Amino acid sequence: MSVDLATVKRVARLARIAVSETEATRMTGELNGILGFVEQLAEVDVADIEPMTSVTHQTMRWRKDAVADGNKAASVTANTKDTADNFFMVPKVIE
Amino acid sequence: MSEVTKLTIAEARDALNRKTLSAVELTDAYLGAIDAANAELNAYITVTHDKARAMAAASDIKIAKGEAGALEGIPLGIKDLFGTQGVHTQAASHILDGFKPEYESTVTSNLWADGAVMLGKLNMDEFAMGSSNESSFYGPVKNPWRANNSNEDLVPGGSSGGSAAAVAAHLCAGATATDTGGSIRQPAAFTGTVGIKPTYGRCSRWGVVAFASSLDQAGPIARDVRDAAIMLKSMASVDFKDATSVDLPVPDYEAAIGKSMKGMTVGIPREYRVDGMPEEIEALWQAGIQWYRDAGANIVDISLPHTKYALPAYYIVAPAEASSNLARYDGVRYGLREQGRDITEMYENTRAKGFGAEVKRRILIGTYVLSAGYYDAYYIRAQKVRTLIKRDFELAFEAGVDVILTPATPSAAFGIGDKEMNADPVKMYLNDIFTVTVNMAGLPGIAVPAGLSANGLPLGLQLIGRPFDEETLFQAAHVIEQAAGKFEPRKWW
Repeated sequence: MSVDLATVKRVARLARIAVSETEATRMTGELNGILGFVEQLAEVDVADIEPMTSVTHQTMRWRKDAVADGNKAASVTANTKDTADNFFMVPKVIE
Repeated sequence: MSEVTKLTIAEARDALNRKTLSAVELTDAYLGAIDAANAELNAYITVTHDKARAMAAASDIKIAKGEAGALEGIPLGIKDLFGTQGVHTQAASHILDGFKPEYESTVTSNLWADGAVMLGKLNMDEFAMGSSNESSFYGPVKNPWRANNSNEDLVPGGSSGGSAAAVAAHLCAGATATDTGGSIRQPAAFTGTVGIKPTYGRCSRWGVVAFASSLDQAGPIARDVRDAAIMLKSMASVDFKDATSVDLPVPDYEAAIGKSMKGMTVGIPREYRVDGMPEEIEALWQAGIQWYRDAGANIVDISLPHTKYALPAYYIVAPAEASSNLARYDGVRYGLREQGRDITEMYENTRAKGFGAEVKRRILIGTYVLSAGYYDAYYIRAQKVRTLIKRDFELAFEAGVDVILTPATPSAAFGIGDKEMNADPVKMYLNDIFTVTVNMAGLPGIAVPAGLSANGLPLGLQLIGRPFDEETLFQAAHVIEQAAGKFEPRKWW
């Protein structure tokens, strides 16, 4: 499979990365190079093979359904560029 | 290099405990070495002089009281991927501009609890994506090694290029690193240092900036096998804050060093003999095989038939997981924020400016392979191939193989700005051809220096072990170290 310029722009939009026409053109070639490289996986017989979901067999640990940490609003917002009263500030979303 | 920066961790530990050296003296010697070298090598992104001296002074008090921890007073460099409270943590990316976490990663917390001293944060490929340390926002790191009769600057490998260069140039006693496809073992091989990627789940990922969560593992880069064992003992732990951290006690890795290999079985996988591999890599591999014969081990040829599919499967799984993990960098909660007409444009502009070319490339690949209609053809197929890669190893271990010996990299270090590598991303990716299988299967792997190339650059061998059998890796790596000796760069910086 390969991608065209329109697909690269659509994927960039999905990934929320602004790309110029020049960048999108360059990336189309690079992405096709990588997709061409991974194409060889098509020759592997994967019939009846389970996809790997965990590298070691283990059951997920359970913990008590109780608050273990918290009350750190100031710490959580300490690194934002725009904050007020421990909230994150963003451009207006709802008109 | 001053005399005390020549000491290994084990030697410094003894000198500190005998009180022939103070922790403050040792830390000052390293800070002096960094200040003299870093403008040239660019191994450190930030140096924490005051914090280092305060930690060293605290270590001297603990040593005087007889309360020294396992790494008391040992000065370490920390890869910029590890969250360090109040200290620069940006994964060498512009998008985390100004980020200073309010928390400390579990791995670094373990090191400080054992008395280690932090010298600063080490350069790396942006978000650990790269094999040459050239994708860093802070510029490339120079390898302390140069070829014979050459002044060409070489890459230290990547992504843990700063860690490997700092260890090789004696700008720290040891360093933390991380490995998603070879990012500990390839730079260790390029710099004549020892690097181990432990079994997935051995070191907690909590507080480490995520790249590909099912592949990422932390581990040390050190000057010799014993130092790597000492560091891993402190870094590894059981951590309930990481759901994939495995509930197994951490063994005393150092105790495995020096044990006989007599009667053990070393597997030699034929699929690691790749087309176009330089003759000197093959010769190094053969030398390694002979050292194990001399040590009384049985050598058996084995087959790992899905080896060639590991790298293409990796370039689906790793970018897919990265595109998901890196979705959090939107300019809202931390790091860089660029303005836009609306919130979507703010995201798009922030991410366009904050991410470098290689990171963008991988996010786009990941987004594409996960997008509607392609998920089964790419991601699910790659995860099935991963099951087959893991099964290859399981069959070899079930047949009685204790450890597998391979080359660590297909070549020695290459030049900064290598034209072929920079023109073709896939060519750069091929650096990880021998290391990436280990991440795909979740196994432990160690790179050990084993010789020099014809033009005087270090070359490494890799050992691959059973899950959670790092002890056998240290035992076997020590055999190579004893036979090959240690390798130090000639100081030119």
